[in-house]
Amino acid sequence: MAKIIGAVTTSHIPAIGMAMDNKLEQTPYWKPFFDAYPPVRAWLNEKKPDVVVIFYNDHGLEFFLDRKPTFAIGTAAQYLNADEGWGINTIPPVTGETELSWHIATDLVENEFDITICQEMRVDHGLTVPLSLMWPGHAYGHVKVIPVCINCERYPMPTPARCFKLGQAIGRAIESFDQDLNVVLFGTGGLSHQLDGERAGFINREFDIDCMNKIVTAPEELTKLSNYDLMEIGGAQGVELNMWLAMRGALTGNITELHRNYHAPISNTGAGLLLLEHEH
Amino acid sequence: MPLPKPNLPGTYIFDGGLSNKGYALNKMCYSFNNVTAREAFMADEAAYCDQFGLSDAQKKAILDRDIIGLLSEGGSIYYLAKFAGLLKLNMQDIGALQTGMSVDEFKEMLRKNGAGE
Repeated sequence: MAKIIGAVTTSHIPAIGMAMDNKLEQTPYWKPFFDAYPPVRAWLNEKKPDVVVIFYNDHGLEFFLDRKPTFAIGTAAQYLNADEGWGINTIPPVTGETELSWHIATDLVENEFDITICQEMRVDHGLTVPLSLMWPGHAYGHVKVIPVCINCERYPMPTPARCFKLGQAIGRAIESFDQDLNVVLFGTGGLSHQLDGERAGFINREFDIDCMNKIVTAPEELTKLSNYDLMEIGGAQGVELNMWLAMRGALTGNITELHRNYHAPISNTGAGLLLLEHEH
Repeated sequence: MPLPKPNLPGTYIFDGGLSNKGYALNKMCYSFNNVTAREAFMADEAAYCDQFGLSDAQKKAILDRDIIGLLSEGGSIYYLAKFAGLLKLNMQDIGALQTGMSVDEFKEMLRKNGAGE
């Protein structure tokens, strides 16, 4: 049977990808951020997951407002990145996964989680920056990726509680798949930040650290918040915590925290990194 | 019943109302994913706005680089970021424009907020 062997949370902001493009990792500004990643890379290289399920949000590459799914899952054999308009380099094609992804999609819909199923989708920095961070030098081609995309842009957005339930349903689906696969989950985005309005620049360090603690030990407490609560205490884009909650919902066994880092600001955000091992 | 929308000063809650109001504006900014669109905009900004049917207020805010005006007129920050990128502005430049600070002052605020000071 497929097993979820662990999970990673990470920021996915474009500035990280641009810093890697320009080889700025060891400059004073970036060093405290990038120096936290080698242990996570080492763990991934040791465990060699077959599949990575990446919870992310599209920022206007694949989806426009004309038809924007609340939840979407990809079932393609390959995903392409593309020009996002403001200068981040595109990355080579991402390998997809076509069996477990359909199993998850089928299980979700049969159990009343009516997710949009995409057989072709361009993936943006929300997905590509984490891949570049975990496997620098575009060395991610051997890993099969299943993208799960959550609307974090336009209200109405799925609630934190609903995103957690989505994760629970995806976790059950993965663990009922009849192939011996090792699966890792990435919860991307966050933590506190606000890009828009006179309140731009808002960061709440205390809240971010509280989120990281609760993601590990008490995620249900975070699911009691509304998106408006998240907006108020975590900034307008603090709702990206929903991707972390979806990831966490899928971890129903025992969790061991292997590594963490918090650094702020990175661009306009608080950047939280967690590596969690998972077993039943 | 939907939750009551909070009044959070300095925050523009991008919901159905703003999404309707800003549809043409956001559609134009979405087009900036494409390099030929960016070049067409740069060649004649006003004509490019007209091609997408922007309102007078939206067009003025684009021509004036008025980010707060664009948010008020229904711009979504995801697409406005593409407009900003086209102008070679990053998120700290945009933050400074919106808050009325210099870029250095905005960066210092980020540093303080990030440090929990």
